[in-house]
Amino acid sequence: MDERIIDIKHVSKSFGDKNVLRDISLYVKKGEFVTLLGPSGCGKTTLLRMLAGFLQPDEGEILMDGKDLTLVPPHQRRLNTVFQRYALFPHLDVYDNIAFGLKLKKTPSDEIDKKVRKVLKLVSMSDYEDRDVESLSGGQQQRIAIARAIVNQPEILLLDEPLAALDLKMRKDMQIELKEMHKKLGITFIYVTHDQEEALTLSDTIVVMNDGKIQQTGTPIDIYNEPVNCFVADFIGESNILNGRMLRDRRVSFINQEFDCVDEGFGEDVPVDVVVRPEDIYFTTDPARCQFKAKVNSCTFKGVHYEMWVDTESGYELMIQDYDPYPVGSEVMLYIDPDDIQVMKKERLANTYGCKVTGEGKVQFLDTDFECGTEGFQSGDSATATISFKDVELLDHEEDADLVGNIVSILYMGDRYHLTVKTETGENIWVDTNDIWDKGDFVGIKILPESIRLSKSAEGNE
Amino acid sequence: MNKRSSWALPYFIFLVLFVVMPLVLIVLYAFQDASGHFTLANFTKFFTDGDALSTFALSIEVALENTLLCIAIGYPAAYILADRRLNRSAVTVVLFILPMWVNALMRTLATAELFNMAGITLGKGTLLFGMCYDYLPFMIYPIYNVLNKMDKSYAEAAEDLGAKPWEVFAKVTLPLSMPGVVSGIMMVFMPTVSTFAISEFLTNNKIKLFGTIIQENINNSMWNYGAVLSLIMLVIIAITTVLQGSDSREAAEGGAI
Repeated sequence: MDERIIDIKHVSKSFGDKNVLRDISLYVKKGEFVTLLGPSGCGKTTLLRMLAGFLQPDEGEILMDGKDLTLVPPHQRRLNTVFQRYALFPHLDVYDNIAFGLKLKKTPSDEIDKKVRKVLKLVSMSDYEDRDVESLSGGQQQRIAIARAIVNQPEILLLDEPLAALDLKMRKDMQIELKEMHKKLGITFIYVTHDQEEALTLSDTIVVMNDGKIQQTGTPIDIYNEPVNCFVADFIGESNILNGRMLRDRRVSFINQEFDCVDEGFGEDVPVDVVVRPEDIYFTTDPARCQFKAKVNSCTFKGVHYEMWVDTESGYELMIQDYDPYPVGSEVMLYIDPDDIQVMKKERLANTYGCKVTGEGKVQFLDTDFECGTEGFQSGDSATATISFKDVELLDHEEDADLVGNIVSILYMGDRYHLTVKTETGENIWVDTNDIWDKGDFVGIKILPESIRLSKSAEGNE
Repeated sequence: MNKRSSWALPYFIFLVLFVVMPLVLIVLYAFQDASGHFTLANFTKFFTDGDALSTFALSIEVALENTLLCIAIGYPAAYILADRRLNRSAVTVVLFILPMWVNALMRTLATAELFNMAGITLGKGTLLFGMCYDYLPFMIYPIYNVLNKMDKSYAEAAEDLGAKPWEVFAKVTLPLSMPGVVSGIMMVFMPTVSTFAISEFLTNNKIKLFGTIIQENINNSMWNYGAVLSLIMLVIIAITTVLQGSDSREAAEGGAI
């Protein structure tokens, strides 16, 4: 089982000046069910299309069974694809759709017959051979698309969001069937989806992607319980993501409170991100167990559990899921198990940009001129500009702004929003704010002279 | 008649006056002699007139040749125009369609003048050239439309299933573009059967097509014989339409202009 069937090495790809994939390295073991998971535009489909052979990497290489795939055209690759919108041939009936690949290989017709019937049985679509594909429902078309791919006995089956077009009930049923099919066929499945729940249900291994980069690779349980960064924690399941400080090994402070935890090796008194899943915050009536108190400010029934938002005494807002509701306005006592606190290294502590001093009191970074104190620097010097998250001002108009950008992600940190703003030149500015913005908002960005700190080292962009 | 359906009244009157009436008149004239009595003589005249029959056969032949020529030139052109790797600009598409904006008669006259200047004798070759030049856009556009709208994932799926590039074309792209071809055939074949201006100008009336003799008869007040000839052409067009009828719905999707 440990044999690598696919080895992706340092693959990069850009369309125009947009980097879709940046230095992706990844391997897939034979027989594995691997899911590429990420929001739309994260590059997962691009990666899948490269495996299928419809796109070529700009840099890096893809190996299959140790052999470079770069020059192998799609029709010679021993893998088959299930397309997002199925791409069943409308001019052929169900039988001819499935037999398409076999006929191209000049398979004898009695053998084609046997194989088509077998695979139709596998997808529970026997007796549908003569049907017109356009007369089939979405779920049925999906099955035929899968049958058409697996009848060729590929070594790898690529699936590009195959369930996205189905309704919820049908999707759940197909998930179970896909999982069983994977077990029965024993071939490698590489699956692309933006649905985190689907990924958790189906996969042996999940590859979480964002912004053209792999964020984390691991089993569903690893990814859920031990996300490596805020993006993964936020994208997979519900989370409370909070600013914290690692005091020493196994001791962390957040929401103005110290907690025992199980993480080690961060050093002493280091800023960290802390993730606590909403189902891991427990209510108690025992004052001895209570770690902190809070007041319930909303309570919503979600089917199996209740989702409650509470305000802690220290001024943070937390989400809690529990089977029992607590009335809005009530004071509750809460605790968190050390096991359930996930501590993550902060990806960055402030915005840092490589900049150029252009004159007395003038610097240039992010393709924009800023004013700031330049004592100790001469015109033409390179330096690093540091701006803390909370010192970046967002404006809802372009006038008075130094530059403009779009809000690409919003993270609620319990007492503030942590926004990622992408400038027009494609660079990111991270902003802490209490104001409510929406994803996709077009904003003006203003940085005051006194907020910019210059330091000597010219290295370390971002 | 309720209020809604009364809105259809102007169209109803229009259809009766300009579609139904002329058709009825053609049928009536076809079965009458000059003095207005019922007769089948006009039909017997056509079916025993060797000249008329050979003109008829020639018209069908020229129309078929022109249609095939238009497919042979138009399909590759449409394919190239619809392929984003080969054609990145919408301007080229417009350039191909642009000749349709110029009056067909003017184009034909200009073409004839060009042949005269080049010293090329007018005949069947120049006739086919002129027809193809006039009707090619009507073939290119519907095929281009179908190819352009075709989901690229069909070709990718075929390739994925092991089809070499030419197999992708033969087994998927071509069959899926047939509605466009059918619609192109209808828009080229039918008008070429009935055209008379092109043959008149581009052959100096050396080659007479069916449209020409209809025009001559009507011009010389041979109303009854002209009506018979028109009726026969209508039947031919009806037959081609019915033959393509099974595909006509898809052809309509293929998009006329």
